[in-house]
Amino acid sequence: MQLTRITGNRLWILGAYLVAAAALFSAPLVFSDFRLNLLAKFLAFAIVALGLDLIWGYTGILSLGHGIFFGLGAYAMAMYLKLEASGGKLPDFMGWSGLKELPLFWMPFENFGAAVALGILIPALLALGLGYFTFRNRIRGVYFTILTQALVIITTTLLVGQQAFTGGTNGVTGYSTLLGYSLASPETKRVLYWVTVAVLIGIFILCRYLTGSRFGKVLRAIRDGENRVRFIGYNPAVYQMVIFTVSAAIAGIAGMLFVLHVGIISPSMLGIVPSIEMVLWVAIGGRGTLIGAALGAILMNWAKSEFSTAYPEGWLFFMGAMFVIAVVFLPKGVAGLFQWRGKDRKKWLPAWARGSGGKLRTGEKEGSVPQG
Amino acid sequence: MRKGLFYQFALLIVAVSMVLAGCGANNEPASSGTNAPQESSASGGSDNGEIKVGILHSQSGTMAISETSVIDAEMMAIEEINAAGGVLGKKIVPVLEDGASDWPTFAEKARKLISEDKVATVFGGWTSASRKAMLPVFEELNGLLWYPVQYEGLEASPNIFYTGATTNQQIVPSVTWLLENRGKKVYLLGSDYVFPRTANLIIKEQLKAEGGELAGEEYTPLGHTDYSTIISKIKAADPDIVYNTLNGDSNVAFFKQLKDAGITAEDMTTLSVSVAEEEIRGIGVDVLAGHLAAWNYYQTTDTPTNAKFVESYKAKYGADRVTADPIEAGYTAVYLWAAAVEKAGSTDVAAVKEAAKELEWDAPSGKVKIDGETQHIYKTVRIGEVQADGQFKELWNSGEAVKPDPFLKGYEWAASIQQ
Repeated sequence: MQLTRITGNRLWILGAYLVAAAALFSAPLVFSDFRLNLLAKFLAFAIVALGLDLIWGYTGILSLGHGIFFGLGAYAMAMYLKLEASGGKLPDFMGWSGLKELPLFWMPFENFGAAVALGILIPALLALGLGYFTFRNRIRGVYFTILTQALVIITTTLLVGQQAFTGGTNGVTGYSTLLGYSLASPETKRVLYWVTVAVLIGIFILCRYLTGSRFGKVLRAIRDGENRVRFIGYNPAVYQMVIFTVSAAIAGIAGMLFVLHVGIISPSMLGIVPSIEMVLWVAIGGRGTLIGAALGAILMNWAKSEFSTAYPEGWLFFMGAMFVIAVVFLPKGVAGLFQWRGKDRKKWLPAWARGSGGKLRTGEKEGSVPQG
Repeated sequence: MRKGLFYQFALLIVAVSMVLAGCGANNEPASSGTNAPQESSASGGSDNGEIKVGILHSQSGTMAISETSVIDAEMMAIEEINAAGGVLGKKIVPVLEDGASDWPTFAEKARKLISEDKVATVFGGWTSASRKAMLPVFEELNGLLWYPVQYEGLEASPNIFYTGATTNQQIVPSVTWLLENRGKKVYLLGSDYVFPRTANLIIKEQLKAEGGELAGEEYTPLGHTDYSTIISKIKAADPDIVYNTLNGDSNVAFFKQLKDAGITAEDMTTLSVSVAEEEIRGIGVDVLAGHLAAWNYYQTTDTPTNAKFVESYKAKYGADRVTADPIEAGYTAVYLWAAAVEKAGSTDVAAVKEAAKELEWDAPSGKVKIDGETQHIYKTVRIGEVQADGQFKELWNSGEAVKPDPFLKGYEWAASIQQ
């Protein structure tokens, strides 16, 4: 009886996912080019949110530096696109800045495959490096978060300061083609949109797999009691490094897709504010649930776009109000709303007071006793 | 424990419907897929006796303080034109969007204005970064952008009209004037971004060609506020002139600290290219009095149109408000566009561009003319000195409007910059 009911539910969920995927794939039939372009950008953000949720929602590591990983991926793609648009000549901003020939580190980006590989590898390696020096030394919690912020400042300062090599505050823009296909043509845009949907679904499945596996159980165990995990005989640092690296690689992929849709990357996209915004998407969507994180990214960016159009003078106040309301009334984010429907929840209590399950716990309360 | 499968399902349904409803909002079903770029410009934003135009500046973020004044000027021009009967007998309806001092946002909003709102033209941008971000969008969708701020040149997009000065209408003549009147040793100080870097690249070539001497070159990050080290370096280098391309708040810090270090305008000439009437209010007249600036327009510029312009601007927005070069350029842009539309008899981008060629208008800054080739405008160069009342006294002007030369083709020494 119990078993069949669960199987039935499983089917329902699988069906819903399929409907969602089909809806996303068929969006170009309904949307104008502009709306499709916006949606594609939001989906790229949803990919970052998935990666962030892996480390924050499931492992309890708060990174306020995912803008860099996103940005490094974006710059890798931008460098390739810029070189292709320059057609063998020096990119325009290098000329203005007095460079006479292409810097060595730009060379690999002439090749699309290499650029994509580097767009994933560079963020991943940077994350691995940061993880190696922090997690192994048991630097965690607030200290780790501060380090990620420092990394953001270093990276943006470097990008702004080295104008000749990076385009400075302007960033890199002015692309024309991707592998010979015009980026301006609606067909290319539609294909890129479908690629983005496919990548989003692929990464969603990867994240589902990771979080559902034994590996994912260890991650949640680290979140809820890192010392206990260590006493059992696991090495949390290895798990943290791996998941942080995966998360950064996902952000890099999202960055590459972002550039293809938006047509510009500048240091402002990987600064402190965007990095914090990314965390807010996850918080508002509901951390610890993959669908919540992805939904949060789409919802928040859609709201930003709509509010700023409707109230160009006061939209920031609306966004602020949304954050406050979400934090006060939806401690588990939008996804948490639906948890209240669960029949074994004490629905009259706010989420923090219910304390059962431990599924959505922050894990920052090191050593606290899980009650679930 | 089973994770609540029911809520997951419900959440998914809501997720899908939200995404679809959200992104589909304001979306007419007919405008899907087939929306070719040509159509958006051909329809030109004129329906029901109205012509829609976009206004895309930063209304939030660090640039808002500068850009909101330009919005005011553009809105005022639109109101004036509407009061006088509109364009082609139709009312101009502005669509405001916030670029939020964020370059990708400028690109997104430009795309929205052209392809969703189908505006006839867009007035917008301030920083070079925002223009560079919008440029590919306007070229892709064949839109029309009027950009109102002086900039570093080396650009001439077929889809942009530049109503601010290019380098040969501000920087180059001011350097020549300084070398002739204030000395030969020049120290270059700027914020670290594309405009100062490019401007100084040009100035260095010019110094070589015109017998100047480079005393030093320094860049500070945008928003930098500690200039004590740099002022010591300047003191050590002892230049005749500091050519200042600092932007925004940095100017406040630099000029205050310069005064604290005991250096006045009598001891050393500074010429700024980003300090106008509005910035003087922010920095303080007491520290700026006597220092120089190069622009194409001052509130004190003596033309018949300007008297009326200043009067209406103050009447509309408050007696304490001041006009300045980018404000005037934004105001001029709206009038030039309206004149071009009248002449073309349509808002079609190609027709407007054709009609705009060699179009003349009596702007507050004097007679301006659109250069058909580069889509920049002829402007009079003016060097001014800050007075005790916060206004500029004009020390020199170019007499006639200077032909724009964004790629400095008319200057032999600039050959290495043109590439």
